[in-house]
Parts: sequence; structure tokens; C-alpha cells
Amino acid sequence: MAITEPAPDGAGPVEEPRRPDSPLLLTLALLTAVMFQDSIRGALAAPVMQSWTTVFVAVVVQALPFLVLGVLLSAAIAVFVPPSFFARALPGRPALAVPVAGAAGAVLPGCECASVPVAGAMMRRGVTPAAALTFLLSAPAVNPIVLTATAVAFPGEPRMVLARFVASLLAACAMGWLWHRLGRTDWLRPPARSAHEGRSRGAAFWGSVRHDVTHAGGFLVVGAMAAATLKAVVPAEWLRAAAGQPVLSVLALAALAVLLSICSEADAFVAASLTQFSLTARLTFLVVGPMVDLKLFALQAGTFGRAFALRFAPATFALAVAVSVLTGAVLL
Amino acid sequence: MNDRSDRNTPNDRSGQSTHEEASTPNDRSEGNERSEGTGRDTRGRLRLDRQAQAALLFLLGAAVLHAGWTDLHLRYVKAGLRPLLLLSGAVLIATAAATVWYERRHASPADHHPEPRVSWLLALPLLALILVAPPALGSYSAIHTGTALQKPFGFPDLPARGPLRLGVGDYAARAVYDDGRHLRDRPLTLTGFVALDRDGAPYLVRMTLNCCAADAQPVKIALTGEIPPVLRPDGWLEVTGTYSPRRTKDPVNDGPVPYLEVTAARPVPPPADPYDDTGSG
Repeated sequence: MAITEPAPDGAGPVEEPRRPDSPLLLTLALLTAVMFQDSIRGALAAPVMQSWTTVFVAVVVQALPFLVLGVLLSAAIAVFVPPSFFARALPGRPALAVPVAGAAGAVLPGCECASVPVAGAMMRRGVTPAAALTFLLSAPAVNPIVLTATAVAFPGEPRMVLARFVASLLAACAMGWLWHRLGRTDWLRPPARSAHEGRSRGAAFWGSVRHDVTHAGGFLVVGAMAAATLKAVVPAEWLRAAAGQPVLSVLALAALAVLLSICSEADAFVAASLTQFSLTARLTFLVVGPMVDLKLFALQAGTFGRAFALRFAPATFALAVAVSVLTGAVLL
Repeated sequence: MNDRSDRNTPNDRSGQSTHEEASTPNDRSEGNERSEGTGRDTRGRLRLDRQAQAALLFLLGAAVLHAGWTDLHLRYVKAGLRPLLLLSGAVLIATAAATVWYERRHASPADHHPEPRVSWLLALPLLALILVAPPALGSYSAIHTGTALQKPFGFPDLPARGPLRLGVGDYAARAVYDDGRHLRDRPLTLTGFVALDRDGAPYLVRMTLNCCAADAQPVKIALTGEIPPVLRPDGWLEVTGTYSPRRTKDPVNDGPVPYLEVTAARPVPPPADPYDDTGSG
């Protein structure tokens, strides 16, 4: 909601706002699209547009089940898990809660789309933001599915799995501690929710699911469009030029990870195919991708507010690159 | 019905101090005011109210169910995602039903809680899935992406003699990394689609997926020998030919691309799973 301007005139009961009938508009829009479907198809027939549409649909279709899963989990946390649970499960001191939350990320098997709503729900249930954010960053990178995929993608390089685990966990914890030291709560818009009190648990649960899917789903579509555009536009020749220089290659793959927004369960296979790059550069790709990418940025902006996402994402990017380079120098 | 908090002005906040989020330390009143201020829409902005959200979620769920039920999803994601797709489609429809049901039970016409306009964008993938149903990635992506051929763990033994049906990736891996040990002097049959590079050189390609089409990568085989005179990019061919020790390099990433000496080629319909390259299709 931070994307749209709030209506400034807040006072007084406005009896009947002139609100257009949105179900009617939706119906009209869909019918119009059906009417002009031939021209739409014609416009999308060029090879570039076709591959754009395919990648766009693929990103949405791939991410939607995980988003729905994350939203169900977050609604369950919001409605059924009492705040006292997290108070008992996590150490009281934020500095200690951060690594515990980072390690807990290993139990959420999924990609980054699922972790955003869950981290939001944790925050609402009283988990200190530093710990919830650490969980948000570590969960998509250190869970067993992703690590297995990494091992399969790099058959000759078992150290890659270890390096990915260590670097992701370190970067997530470092970001949590950084937030604990420097973060300000007024950057963070706690995910808004209409109150549950007075509603049955069922109503609250489904209300939360509906709200999160429509809300985060819209941002997911924004991210998918950006990722599809870049996948169609970025020429592979640029990468070849960058691969020769060590510094440039790390930065190029870090940027590529942000732009491509590949799901964390699959990015290892893409990294494995970037054979012209050094292992450290590819490690950076694997560490940055699940923490910062266009799709994730859109989701974070939608869930926690734009002011938060604009500060959090660049800091995470810088930290993740630095930690990857250090880990790569030590382990690879 | 506390949904009416939508319509509360900031001054009314004292009335909802039982509001459970208010007890959490991270909650700031400003955040809530803003969201509630946006929720109440006095300017007639084009927001989705709950009924429209329910309709959109229902249609999206139905489209996802349809894609998961038919082979449509195989154009975009791995077959393994199917159960999750069906589940999420069902959850979306259930959410739509629950929304309508709770609206009918509790709602007065005024307490709709519109979502931001970005929610309208959910109609885009819906339309793309229903109206356009874009095809699986084809020659355009294949030519713009380097071959993803990687050395496999090992090479299972093949039948000692006789004609052989292979996947494009299997042939390429055996030709490049196994010196075509089991492939020499026997007819081989491969299925893939045609891609022509900038110079017009023909390749037989299969794309492979790891997760979704955004990470699709091609494995390419260069064709030589009796190539059909007219090759249509993206057309699917069943090619019969023999092993050739010749190699070339993919111009995009310098990856190895083996050749195949074509003896016959016939057009075939695209397989149900265009990315599944096990040699059976």
C-alpha cells in the first residue's frame, strides 16, 4: 500500500464515496480482452514478445504455488500461533535471536516467495525485526532442497555447497545484526492487517490469505514482468566481456542475479552453466540471488513498505557480495 | 465486526485498542493509520473491492487448475510442480469462496477493504494463461543462450548394436565427453526443434528446465549431411543420422557442440513435454 498515495482527507465519516464498481470494471476489462484476443495474440507473435510472455507466465506459474504456500503458513502463524510461542522459541536478546532465526531458515523448504509473507507474520507476532529479517534472507538459501540442487548442479565441486551455506548464513546474520544496530522501526511498515478481534478464526484466516495473495500477487506480477524483460533484453555477449576480469565478473554476476530473479531452487543450475566465470563469481550469484532480486524487491516493497525496501535491498546486496568474495577466497 | 476499522479515522484508534497488533512492540500507529487511510477510498480510485478480489482469485485459481490439469503447465514449469499447482489453484478458489461466504454473512455494503491498485495486475497472468497461452521457449531463446552441455556423472551402457533412440542431451554428452563410444556405425534417432543461427547454420535443440522457463537452457547439436532443403525455425523434427566426430563451439558461450550426420529427417508434432529430453519423445 506504500506504492499508492494515501487519501489525505481523513476526517469525518464520508457516507457514500463515488467508488466505481470494481467487479463491473473487472468484468468489462476481461470481456474487452477476450474481444480483442486476436489482435493481442498478433502483437505477441514476434519472437522477442513470445519469449517474453513465456518467461513472464513461467515466473508467475512457478512462484504462485510457493507464494500461496507461504501465505497459508503466514496466515496460520498470524491466526493460530500465539505470540508467546516465538517469545519462548527465540532467545530474548536480539543479538542471539539473529543466528537462531538464520539457522531456523533451514526448515522452510521453498523459494524466496514463500519467505516474505512468513517473515511478515513473524514480525506481527512480536519477533524482533532483526531476527525476522535474518530468517527472510536465510530461508530461501540454506534449506535442504536448495542445497541438494546446488550439489546436483556442481557435481565436481562439493565445496560449492558448503561455501553457499556458509556465505548465505553469514550474510543473513550480518544483515540481521546490522539492522539491529542501525535499523529504525519507522523505515519498516509492519504489514497492515485489519483487526482479527471480533471475527471468527476462520474469517481472520481466510481474510489474511485473500489479502496477502491479492497484495503480494500484484507485486509478484511486477517482478515477473521485470525479470522477463531483462531475460529477453540482456545480451549474452556482455557477460562474455565481463568474465575475463575478476572484479568485474563478480559484480556482473551479482547484478545478473538481481536482474534475472531466478527461483533459488534453480539458480544453481544457471550458475553451473556460466562456465566462463570463476567459482567465486558464481558463488556471488548464488548468494545474492535468493536475497536480493527484482521479484523479491517488489514483494518486500509491498509487504514492508517502499522506504524499507529501498534501504534494505542495497545494503543486503553490498553485504552479500562482500561476504561471498571473502567466503570464496577462503573456501574455493 | 471489526472490519469496520477500514472506515475509522485516525481519531477512532482509541476505540480499537483491543486490536491485537497494537500489542506488538513493532507496531507503529502511523503504519496502521496509513493503511487504513488508503483502505478507505474516498476518491473513487480504481481499487479492487472484496467481490472483485474474489472474482479475480477464483478466475486465477481456475486458470492455474486448468493449466495444472492439462499439459499446459509443461510449457512453463517442471512436471514435478503439478501437485503444488493443483493445490494452489484449489486454495485460490477456496479463498474466493470463503471471501464471498464471509461477505454474505457479515458485510454491510460499506465495509469493503480495497486493495492497492497493483492487485489489478493479477489479471495479466490470468489473461496470458487463458487467451495467449504462450508456447514453450523455442529457437529465439535457444540462439540467444549458450549451450548448457555438462559432463554427466557416467554413461550407462547402451544396447550393443542396432538402431538407437537418444535424447538430444544424451547424444551431445556421449559425443563430446565419451568420444561417441557406443554411437559409432549405427543409425541414431533424435527428436528436437530446429534453430538457425545468424549465419543460417542449422541446429537441433532441446531446452532443459530446472525449475521454470526463466532458467531454461538449450543443448544444441549442429546438423550436417542430408539436411532438408527448407528448415523452419521452431519446427520439430525427428532426425535419423549417424555419429560424427566433428565439433564446433557455441558462439554464445564457447560451449562444445557436436555434429550429427543426418540421413533422414521428418517433421513431427511437438511432444507433450517439450523440455523432457529422455529420448522417448
